[in-house]
Amino acid sequence: MKLDSKIPTGPIAEKWDKHRFEMKLVNPANKRKYHVIVVGSGLAGASAAASMSELGYNVSCFAFQDSPRRAHSIAAQGGINGAKNYRNDGDSIQRLFYDTVKGGDFRAREANVFRLAQVSVDIIDQCVAQGVPFAREYGGLLANRSFGGAQVSRTFYARGQTGQQLLLGAYQALEKEIARGGVKMYNRHEMLELVTINGVARGIVTRNLVTGAVEAHVADAVVLGTGGYGNVFYLSTNAQGCNATAIYRAYKKGAAFANPCYTQIHPTCIPVAGEHQSKLTLMSESLRNDGRVWVPKKREDVGKKPSEIPEEDRDYYLERKYPSYGNLAPRDISSRAAKEACDDGRGVGPGGRGVYLDFADSITRLGAKEIAERYGNLFEMYQRITDENPYEVPMRIYPASHYTMGGLWVDYNLMSTIPGLHVIGEANFSDHGANRLGASALMQGLADGYFVLPYTIGHYLASNKFEKVTTDHPEFRAAVDAVQQRTSRLLGINGKRTADSFHRALGKIMWEHCGMARNEAGLKQALREIPAVREEFWQNLTVPGSGDTLNQQLEKAGRVADFLEFGELMCLDALHREESCGGHFREEYQEAGEAKRNDDAFCYVAAWEYTGDTSAPVLNKEPLEFENVHLATRSYK
Amino acid sequence: MSGTMTIKLKVWRQAGPKAPGKFEEYTATDVSPESSFLEMLDVVNDKLALEGKDPIAFDHDCREGICGMCGMMINGVAHGPSKLTTTCQLHMRSFKDGDSITLEPWRAKAFPVIRDLIVDRSAIDRIIQAGGFISVATGSPQDANALPIAKPDADEAMDAAACIGCGACVAACPNASVSLFTAAKISHLGLLPQGQPERYRRALSMVAQMDLEGFGGCTLFGECMAACPKGISIDFIKRMNGDYIWGAISERPEKITLGSG
Repeated sequence: MKLDSKIPTGPIAEKWDKHRFEMKLVNPANKRKYHVIVVGSGLAGASAAASMSELGYNVSCFAFQDSPRRAHSIAAQGGINGAKNYRNDGDSIQRLFYDTVKGGDFRAREANVFRLAQVSVDIIDQCVAQGVPFAREYGGLLANRSFGGAQVSRTFYARGQTGQQLLLGAYQALEKEIARGGVKMYNRHEMLELVTINGVARGIVTRNLVTGAVEAHVADAVVLGTGGYGNVFYLSTNAQGCNATAIYRAYKKGAAFANPCYTQIHPTCIPVAGEHQSKLTLMSESLRNDGRVWVPKKREDVGKKPSEIPEEDRDYYLERKYPSYGNLAPRDISSRAAKEACDDGRGVGPGGRGVYLDFADSITRLGAKEIAERYGNLFEMYQRITDENPYEVPMRIYPASHYTMGGLWVDYNLMSTIPGLHVIGEANFSDHGANRLGASALMQGLADGYFVLPYTIGHYLASNKFEKVTTDHPEFRAAVDAVQQRTSRLLGINGKRTADSFHRALGKIMWEHCGMARNEAGLKQALREIPAVREEFWQNLTVPGSGDTLNQQLEKAGRVADFLEFGELMCLDALHREESCGGHFREEYQEAGEAKRNDDAFCYVAAWEYTGDTSAPVLNKEPLEFENVHLATRSYK
Repeated sequence: MSGTMTIKLKVWRQAGPKAPGKFEEYTATDVSPESSFLEMLDVVNDKLALEGKDPIAFDHDCREGICGMCGMMINGVAHGPSKLTTTCQLHMRSFKDGDSITLEPWRAKAFPVIRDLIVDRSAIDRIIQAGGFISVATGSPQDANALPIAKPDADEAMDAAACIGCGACVAACPNASVSLFTAAKISHLGLLPQGQPERYRRALSMVAQMDLEGFGGCTLFGECMAACPKGISIDFIKRMNGDYIWGAISERPEKITLGSG
C-alpha cells in the first residue's frame, strides 16, 4: 500500500491557498450530475452535506438516529476554538497551529493542522451568521474562555451546550437543503457495508432500522462522518449508539486505519457508581477555568468529608506539578495525574477512584451567581446524577474514554486509501496527533465539513470518470448478500449471552490493558483475551426477534461484533508503538513520570492495512516531518 | 447508599405501527437507587432477551439529557416525575421500593407509534424544513464581531435555542400541539438580528407546517412548559403568535409551505 499524503509544496502558510487554486473545479451546471453519499449527520456530516448541496451536488445523507439533530456532536459542552484574537492576548493562526501540534505531542501532520487553524476563523463567522447564540459580553461582542493546553482565550461557547448549538446550526442548514431538494435524508438507516468497484468507492449498503430492509445506494463518492470508536471501552462519554462499524467496514474493504491506539481519556467525568452503569457523563473541561483539582495529601484522610480536610492537608497536584498551566494542563496529562493520585491510595469516593474538583475559591471570589451563569447547567446535571450539590461540596471526577484521535487514514484532501472514500471529523485521524486539545473537536468537524471537503470533493469528481453503475452490479449484490448473511448469522446463534454482556467484557479488557496506561505484558494479555471473547460471542450470543422489524438487540450485536475485531487492532497498534506520546502512555517509556517519545523510531503515522480475517494486518508508515514546529519535549511545567 | 428496590412495570407493547397494542406487566428486581431509569429498563430487557422474549423498544442515545432522543410517558407524565429532567437523566432514587410504574409512548396523531415506546417524530424535522433556519450559504458571512448583539437578546435567544426537540411538549398537551417547539425556534432566530430578514415568512411557514402535520392548536394550557426538560418558556408562544399575526397582515406572495410526509 502506498501512502501519498498529497501535501502541497511551498511554505506552510501558503499551502492551502495554493492548493485551492490548483484543484480542479466542477462547473455549476455539472455539479447536479454528481451524487455524493454522506454517512453521519453530526457536525462533520451535516455541515458537509449542507455545504455540498448548496454548491449544487446531489447529496444523500444517512443517520442511524431518528433525526440528524440527535448526532452525538450535540453533547459537546465546552466550546470551539477560533484564532480570532478578539481578546488581544497574542493569539494568531500561527499560535493555534503551534498549540495544536504541541498538544498532539508531535504526532499530527503539520500541513493539515495549519489549514485547520486557518479556517477556524471562518467557522466562527459562519456559525454566527447561522444564528448560533454564542455567549456575548455586555458590549454585544463575542465572549471567550480558556481551555486546556493554551495560554490564550480563544474558545467561543454557548453556555455549556456549544456542541448542541453548533450542531443545530448545521442541522438547520441541512434541513434547509433537504427542503430545497438538494439532500435526501435517510433517518434510522445504518451503514453496514461499503461497496467498491475496481477498488473505487461507489456506494454503501444500509439496513433500514425500522423495516429491516437491506438496501444498496450508488454514488460517485462516499463520505464517512461517523465519529469515533470510544465505545470500544463500553463505558465512555459517547452516546449509546456511537460505534465503529462504518469505519471498520471500510477498513475491511481496504481503507488504512491510522493510529488506532490514540484514544483520549478525558480527566473530568463523573466517576463510575454501580455495575449496571451504561455510560459515563462528562463534566466540561471549561470547569477547570474556575475549579481546582485536589486530593488529600494523606491516605488516612480519603474517607473524611472534604470540608474536614484543612487547606494545608490538600494536594492541588496539577497546580503543584504544572505551575504555568495549573488546572488547565492538557487532558492526557491531567488524566494520568488523577490516576497516579488514585493509584497512590489518595482517591476519594466509592472505590477510591475519584478526585475533587472544587469551586469554593471561585464562589468566594466571583459569587455563586456568576458561577451559575458560567456553568449552571453542568452543576444541575452533576446534582441530578450524583444527588450532591456542587455549590456546597466539591465535585468528584475521574477520567473516562471520551474521544479517539485515531481513525481512517486520509490524505490532505481527506480521502482515504480507497479512491472516492472521504473521511471527515472524528472518523479520520489527521489533525490531533496523539492528544486532542479541548474545544478542537468541534473546530475540526466543522472545518472538514464546511471548508475543506466541499473543495476537495470537487477536485476528485472533476479528475475522474465515473462509469454508470446500478445496484445490480455484482459488487453491490455481493455486499447486500454479505449484510444479509451476517444478520442471519447473528440471529441464528441462539446462545445464552446478550450482546451487551460481551461488550462489557471487551470494555473491561480494553480499559484494563489499553486505557490510560499500557504495557507490553498487559497488551499481550489483551491480545489473548479478546479473541477468546470474540469466539464465545459467535457461539453463545443471543439475539431475540427477527431481522425484518425494528430490533435494537440486533443493531447492538452487529456493532459489538465489529468492536470485538477492532479492539484487537487497537491493542496491536499500542503494542507496536514502543514509546509514550499524548494519550498513548506506555509505562515502560517515561521520564520522571512524564511521557517519553522516541522520535528516532516512531515519528510516523501507523496506518494498518487489512489482509484477511486470519492473517495479521500490515503496518504502513507515513513519516511525519516537522519543519515549522520543532520537535521538542512537551512541557507544561 | 440504601438497599435495592423492586419495581412493578406496566409497559405499552405494540409490534408495529398497524399492530394492536396492549399493556404487559414486568417486575424489575434488585434495582439500585443510584441507577438511571433507562439502566433499570436495560436490566429488564437483558432478562427478557435471555428468556428469548422481545425486549421493550425505546429510543435513547446520549443518556445525558441533550440529544432529545429519549422520552416516554411515565405514570402519565412526559419524562416522569422530576422537573427539568429527561427520561435518561431520571434516577431511580425518585421512586420507592414497591412502586408501580406505567410506561407509554408519546401519544399524538402526528407522532405515530413505530414500536412499543418508539414514535415517529419526523414531523418536527419538517417543521424546521419549513423555515427553521437562516438562509446563509457556507462561506458568505462577514466577520463574527461585525454585528454586535445585546447580551440580553443573545441570552434570550439561547434560552429558546436550548430546546432539544424531544416532543414532550406535544405529549403533555391536551391538544397535542407542537407550539412550544415551533415557538422556541421562531423565537431563537427571530430574537437575533441575523434572523430578521426571514422573520415573518418563517413564522407563517412553520405555523402552516404544524397544522399540515396534524398537530393540535394551542389553547395555552401550559402543560408543555411544565413537561419541558429544558424549561422553555410559554412566553415564546406569545412571541410566535405576534410574529404570525404581523406576518399575516403584511403578507407578501412569497410565502412557502411544504407538503406533509
